[in-house]
Amino acid sequence: MARLSNVVSALADPTRREIFERLAEEPRSVGALALALPISRPAVSQHLRVLKEAGLVTDRAEGTRRIYQIDPAGLGVIRQWLDRFWERSLDAFRAEADKDEGQKHKDKARKGKEEKAE
Amino acid sequence: MSAIIAPAPIRKEVRVQAAPARAFEIFTAGMSRWWLKTHTINPTKSPLKDIVMEPRRDGRWYERGEDGSECQWGKVLAWEPPTRVLLAWQISGRWRYDPNFVTEVEIRFTPDGAGTKVELEHRNLERLGDAAEAMRTAFESGWGSLLEQFATKAA
Repeated sequence: MARLSNVVSALADPTRREIFERLAEEPRSVGALALALPISRPAVSQHLRVLKEAGLVTDRAEGTRRIYQIDPAGLGVIRQWLDRFWERSLDAFRAEADKDEGQKHKDKARKGKEEKAE
Repeated sequence: MSAIIAPAPIRKEVRVQAAPARAFEIFTAGMSRWWLKTHTINPTKSPLKDIVMEPRRDGRWYERGEDGSECQWGKVLAWEPPTRVLLAWQISGRWRYDPNFVTEVEIRFTPDGAGTKVELEHRNLERLGDAAEAMRTAFESGWGSLLEQFATKAA
């Protein structure tokens, strides 16, 4: 299993997180990643090496290219998933809490109008 | 692994317009109103109807399906309205309730102007590590689309 300290530091870098998320969408080659990101191929390779050492991605040869994909056995994947899960959940919570608050203000305004009308 | 190095807890923060007491209430008693309906672990596969968090220490935290079935998620470790609630997330790496498995989710509510700053921390994630492999195989049964995405794309 991946060393946890590696997993954590590997995902601390925003570019590496971006690469990781893109690989979660679909396996890609270094070249494809470099095209999609504002960094050079050597830089992509460097980041992939860190992700690989952390056990977050694996690679395989396909002809002359190496295809990278995420390694779902890594704890980093679980953490990443939970991170997104809470992100989405709290967004939903905020939407609900703000809707509730907006409704309260509307009720208050309506009540105020009614009182004035009386 | 020779040394246990804990992964960083997940920390999230949102600001809501509601005051702390109301935000606390919506987060806890009103969880069914905002919880993502796809996130259920009920073995009966019944669609999620309610999420119940009993409002006291040691209170149960569970989901109820439309078929009336109940499935435990964890329990309340600390109940301190309107400022803090500490939950035991007892959903293991196999996406099943496991009374012997505990990770903590702490939610704090702090006044922020007329609204509230809500901070969430999910910690003890290293405890999920042992189950990482089991979780991988559980990906197929999926808990949400992202999970399924991981499974199919990474297979």
